[in-house]
Amino acid sequence: MYGSSEKNYLTYPTGVKSWLFTLDHKRIGIMYLVLILLAFAAGGFFALTLRLELFRSGEQFLDQDTYNKFFTLHGAIMVFLFIIPSIPAALGNFCLPLMLGAKDVAFPRLNLASWYVYVLGAAITLYSVAMGAVDTGWTFYSPYSTQSGGEVISMTFGVFVLGFSSIFTGLNFIVTVHKMRAPGMTWYNLPLFVWGTYATAVIQVLATPVLGITLLLLILERAVGIGIFDPAMGGDPVLFQHFFWFYSHPAVYIMILPGMAIVSDLIAVHSHKKIFGYKLIAYSSVAIALLGFLVWGHHMFISGQSEFSSMVFSFITFFIGIPTGIKIFNWVTTLYKGQISLNTPMLYALAFIILFTIGGLTGVFLGALGLDVHLHDTYFVVAHFHYVMMGGTVIAFLGGIHHWWPKIFGRMYSELWGRIAFVFIFVGFNMTFFNQFMLGSQGMPRRYHDYSGFYKTDLFERYHGFSSFGALILGVGFAIITIYLIASLFNGKKASDNPWGGLTFEWATTSPPPTENFSYEPVLKHGPYDFDKVLPEDI
Amino acid sequence: MDNTATEVIDIHGEEHHRGHPALAHHFHSMEQQHESVKLGVWLFLVTEVLLFGGLFCFYAIYRAWNPEMFINANEYLDVKLGAINTLVLIFSSLTVALATRSIQLDKPKQTVGFLIVTIGCAATFLVIKYFEYSHKFHDGLLPGKFFTNLAVEGTNPHIFFSIYFAMTGLHGLHVVGGMVFLGWVTLRTMKGAYSSEYYTPVEMGGLYWHLVDLIWIYLFPLLYLIG
Repeated sequence: MYGSSEKNYLTYPTGVKSWLFTLDHKRIGIMYLVLILLAFAAGGFFALTLRLELFRSGEQFLDQDTYNKFFTLHGAIMVFLFIIPSIPAALGNFCLPLMLGAKDVAFPRLNLASWYVYVLGAAITLYSVAMGAVDTGWTFYSPYSTQSGGEVISMTFGVFVLGFSSIFTGLNFIVTVHKMRAPGMTWYNLPLFVWGTYATAVIQVLATPVLGITLLLLILERAVGIGIFDPAMGGDPVLFQHFFWFYSHPAVYIMILPGMAIVSDLIAVHSHKKIFGYKLIAYSSVAIALLGFLVWGHHMFISGQSEFSSMVFSFITFFIGIPTGIKIFNWVTTLYKGQISLNTPMLYALAFIILFTIGGLTGVFLGALGLDVHLHDTYFVVAHFHYVMMGGTVIAFLGGIHHWWPKIFGRMYSELWGRIAFVFIFVGFNMTFFNQFMLGSQGMPRRYHDYSGFYKTDLFERYHGFSSFGALILGVGFAIITIYLIASLFNGKKASDNPWGGLTFEWATTSPPPTENFSYEPVLKHGPYDFDKVLPEDI
Repeated sequence: MDNTATEVIDIHGEEHHRGHPALAHHFHSMEQQHESVKLGVWLFLVTEVLLFGGLFCFYAIYRAWNPEMFINANEYLDVKLGAINTLVLIFSSLTVALATRSIQLDKPKQTVGFLIVTIGCAATFLVIKYFEYSHKFHDGLLPGKFFTNLAVEGTNPHIFFSIYFAMTGLHGLHVVGGMVFLGWVTLRTMKGAYSSEYYTPVEMGGLYWHLVDLIWIYLFPLLYLIG
């Protein structure tokens, strides 16, 4: 019944070429994982530098122009090179075909192409950094982006190229889910990770082309002055914001939906209980994906948008809270009377519920028109964004990496160090970002390199100092994770095929799986979370 | 999927599905492979529609803001050449569809013929476009800050030509892309890669070409015929 263990996808075939030209979704997933984690380290370096600059009031070691470049690079790298591809391209690539009982994604060559396009996009972005970087913020708002001195053209072109990589992945996943499911696997037997990844893929395919055309026009605007974003030539800079957010708001759901997808699986598997409200969790992913296209205007409440549009956008923004709330209630209900194992992946899943609830609720504050006037462009927004993106997506990503690590590499990591690192991450994260809510509501604006001479400088300094201290703890947490995960590859205990007792197909094959995933043709006999009916040994 | 494959083997006495050299290892049958590629190409066409959708949106907004300028500026486009190009592209849509039909009927020579006519139409389209563009260049009817023609009345007429060149330029690039892909398909057909059992690339090239045609069918009235 199980795949043979000697020749797995990691050990056969061998050689650098066999990796660089591989069509195996598992290897491509690992190649993505490596680059994505490098991007995360680079983005994290900029983040720590920014936090150190803000540790005290007054200019420490970054002048304002360098500071502007650094926060731009932090944002651009984290958004475009790390978080958008993170879960889909790395874990999704690895898990999706396995979970469907397929041998590969529908288009393996397109999958490899998407990795190379990612490399190309990253190279262009790096070129831009080397040539002097940009200071526009990751949003590239015109008219500043058409006038500022930096390397805007190469940076935006890099992002444009990265968009193709994202579209390739999304397109591939949609077709894979539609056409590559094992016999017996109906839509309602899909693991919830697949549902979430599918909803994400829909957004990747529908939203990214609009960013593509917007960035192309921005490049044309800067290079040849076509005038459509330039008010001096009869153009409209707010139009750029509309187009940018038409992609970039759905893009935050590209970032968070895969996180929710991971957490749905983690909660069910590690509490060994049938997930509560399967269909509602599945539909709510699709609902978030679709509603996400109708709320972009909430980024522009104070950009001169009409009051009526703002009201409509605000109203629809509140609606997003409903499918999100449905998910959270279903996860919590799943936990109720479950046999919860508090191992590392589960700790991250539980942390996700707490942190994402805070991040989501503060998003509702920001969606309220009156309140947004006060909170807009303050640290409150920074805190909200990091609670959903880092407290949400990154925490879920970490949970997912730990959960599937035994399957990916066939080794167990140190559970003790996993829990210790979790404490550092959880405490460090909250220390860094929770007080930024207070900081923002007290009026500290974002994107300032120095806050001396403000009315509340003393108060701000206390909050900022605490936040920077938290960032260091967070950094230590990531260092611990890096060390024990790498160490596990060399001296980790050999992982069994199904260490957590999951019921989905990826746990039925060997750890690590053979090149073609299964040594037999998998046929689905039970639902993905039928812990009440099926024993993990019988999948 | 396996069952269908076996049935076909039984009826024809030879292995049609599993044994075809074009069947990739991770698919069960040619049918599954064909359906997957088809869905993939349709999704790709969706991304194309959204890419152009952005430009159509810009067009709508700026036309709503400057309706008179758009009508004045549109007078400077050559309706006759635009109309000829429209007919050329519609005709090429017919020939590319006939190419798919011929290969379904196992007539690869006819397929090659139809594909070459299609590519020829694409080239004709680009040549005509070249003459249009060079005329615009000559008259200073250029996008944004390169616009030097003082005869066009209305506010900010350069915006019309920014949008004209962005839309037709991006469309032109897609025509070139279509020529390259259909050229590759033609070569493969000549080498006998396709038959009634496997003709997915011919059909997909046709799908893409219809979209390129369709976008022009919207561009023509919106840019040339609004006066």
